Amino acid sequence: MDLSVINPLLFIAGFLVAATPLIFAAMGELVVEKSGVLNLGVEGMMITGAICGFAVAVETGSPLLGFVAAAIGGALLSLLFAFLTQITLANQVASGLALTLFGLGISALLGQSYVGVKPPRLGDINFGPLTDIPVIGPILFTHDIILYLGIALVAATWAVLKFTRAGLILRAVGESHDAAHALGYKVVRIRTMAIMFGGACAGIGGAYISLIRVPQWTEGMTAGVGWIALALVVFASWKPWRLLLGAYLFGGITQLQLNLQGAGVAIPVEYLAMSPYVITIVVLVILSRDKSAAPASLGRNFHASS
Amino acid sequence: MTDTKPFLALSGLTKAYPGVVANSDVSLSIAPGEVHALLGENGAGKSTLVKMIYGLVKPDSGQMQMNGAPFAPSEPRAARAAGVGMVFQHFSLFDALSVAENIALGMENAPKMGALSQQIRDVSDIYGLPLSPDRVVGDLSAGERQRVEIIRCLLQEPKLLIMDEPTSVLTPQEVEILFKTLRKLSAEGTAILYISHKLEEIRSLCDSATILRLGKVVGECTPAETSARDMAEMMVGTVLQTPTRAGKTPGDVVLDLKNLSAKSPSAFGMPLRDISVQVRRGEILGIGGVAGNGQDELLAALSGETLSAQGMVSFQGRDVGLLGPTPRRSMGILTAPEERLGHAAAPDMSLTENAMLTGAEREGLDKGGMLNWPAARRFAEKIIADFDVRTPGPGNAARSLSGGNLQKFVIGREVLQRPDLLVVNQPTWGVDASAAASIRQALLDLAENGTALIVISQDLDELMEISDRFAALNEGRLSEPRSAQGLTVDEIGLMMGGAHGMEVAHV
Repeated sequence: MDLSVINPLLFIAGFLVAATPLIFAAMGELVVEKSGVLNLGVEGMMITGAICGFAVAVETGSPLLGFVAAAIGGALLSLLFAFLTQITLANQVASGLALTLFGLGISALLGQSYVGVKPPRLGDINFGPLTDIPVIGPILFTHDIILYLGIALVAATWAVLKFTRAGLILRAVGESHDAAHALGYKVVRIRTMAIMFGGACAGIGGAYISLIRVPQWTEGMTAGVGWIALALVVFASWKPWRLLLGAYLFGGITQLQLNLQGAGVAIPVEYLAMSPYVITIVVLVILSRDKSAAPASLGRNFHASS
Repeated sequence: MTDTKPFLALSGLTKAYPGVVANSDVSLSIAPGEVHALLGENGAGKSTLVKMIYGLVKPDSGQMQMNGAPFAPSEPRAARAAGVGMVFQHFSLFDALSVAENIALGMENAPKMGALSQQIRDVSDIYGLPLSPDRVVGDLSAGERQRVEIIRCLLQEPKLLIMDEPTSVLTPQEVEILFKTLRKLSAEGTAILYISHKLEEIRSLCDSATILRLGKVVGECTPAETSARDMAEMMVGTVLQTPTRAGKTPGDVVLDLKNLSAKSPSAFGMPLRDISVQVRRGEILGIGGVAGNGQDELLAALSGETLSAQGMVSFQGRDVGLLGPTPRRSMGILTAPEERLGHAAAPDMSLTENAMLTGAEREGLDKGGMLNWPAARRFAEKIIADFDVRTPGPGNAARSLSGGNLQKFVIGREVLQRPDLLVVNQPTWGVDASAAASIRQALLDLAENGTALIVISQDLDELMEISDRFAALNEGRLSEPRSAQGLTVDEIGLMMGGAHGMEVAHV
């Protein structure tokens, strides 16, 4: 075993990348859950975004167009969930699980001709001299634009939920849809928009895996990140900054266990591979003591009767 | 006051839902500054009518006019813009949000939070409704929550204020202060549409009244000149019977609570603090108090849903604090919780199944794990027959019954199991007057036969009518029980905790 092969700078830069898909998917789901909807289809929307983004990036040669397509793909798939749960009032848990299975299936179908293809590369942003700062430069200023967008998304979601009227209305709908309806807010419309936002974010998260992190297309390549995103939202007590922390923890341990595998540590690979999931959940369970943070109407269907 | 031009005039409003006509050809008019009462039993169509004025429901036919111009709000926002404010019966508040956030949600052009907080302080000071804008609504008492709703309306400077059953959650002192606020508003020219079925309140507050029965206007009157009994009979359409009781001497102690303390199972609940009281055979202990002061928690501690430490709850000399609901039931402690659908009865199960759920132990409906359905069905049929439950048969789902009928079923189910101690919470909530009278009579008959009863209710008139002794819950503490005879409203109000820091409007 030789731990000196792990380069700390590359390690930190790597875990920022590993955490980004999770940040997008979980922030989207946080907004959805704040509006009172539980969408378990994150994994399905991510993988759909992954293939939509991959396909469009390959066909057009533009990774950024790929990310736009991924957002649209994820949002379209989530619209199916919105129709089932908001219009036909189907059970949210069952609809979400069905969405995941459907997403896995349709992405495999769409991706048949893309296996083994190499996608165009999204370049890093040129920060000029900033990149040359020792230690900080290679860690913070050698990334693509989407990674920075992910961090901006956390800040923006936090600010919108806390300081704006739109955020207040969203929280109100998630807290008590009956009371919000009585005050004249359009519960179904607001929730549908939140669901589509969640779908678009999950799609971008998926495309980040297929276009940047891996970068290639294989079936089922999201490998459970969508489920971790769901757990992260709960364990982060629906708080954006805590969610960012959890995502970095998960990304960090993922990266660490890969490096440890590379360094030939005498622990079976299976234990290393499961460690990010176990440690993230254990830490967040300890952090999330206040259970009252859940939106009170979470998972309950709304119908404007009487 | 009624001879001025009406502010709001309704003519021929009709609204039908599948299977029921909620409002049929309803007309009324309200002048500026008039306090107009809308009277009627549950299901008479009061709520539907005000929802039409507030834009939540569209009428099928008929017109509304405001200041002589047609008025047809398509949504609450339009109604609010036209000067209509509404304080809801079931509070339309968000527990996890702060007072200021709740108020901002109900406003069209909410100012910045800082400015809004200042406005809230100003208005609450003018009208004597103290309220801190930063507190989380989930921590407020029922009276304070209502202040949030009222201030939310007042900030919009409404010309018509609709109040839907505003006093059901207030102590008598709080009611008095609310009335002063309303009289001040009325003097400033605000019209008030006041919905209630508490007749004495209407007599002291309102200038005129419209009485609804089964969706139709059945009469109008000037409340100050009409007796409460006449108004009640117009509401019900029949002559009311008052429950009767015989004098009696209480027997042995059945239930003995010693310093009962228990945490609340829910996040926004009220813990019980140091409750000590004895209940004897044949006695009815009435427990009053504003909702949310420990009523649900007390019932749960007696039924066995929450366990308590040794020595706190003893029943017929035995310590039962650590026993769960089933052993307590078989010993003869029966309970009927407030929430009919979901707590007292399983909504989607049939009446037979619901009879089985609490009756299995004492009625012998369960032999070695096998259920005796024919016996459960006979038991359900007996409840339906004895308590005049209006339903096609015991195979119907609990959800399909109206609130009053389900309440009769739930109470009847416990009464027929011959309890030694029966605890009921809000036995006549949302039940029409004649059904309420029959439920009260059943409780009195039960006490006559030697059962000890604890009746928890927010209806003080009900408690005064049936209890032998009266005590009040306030912030999880039980006041010293006093003989119900001769208690004045003022004394009861003080037992309930007085005015909770409210002050009289600065007129």
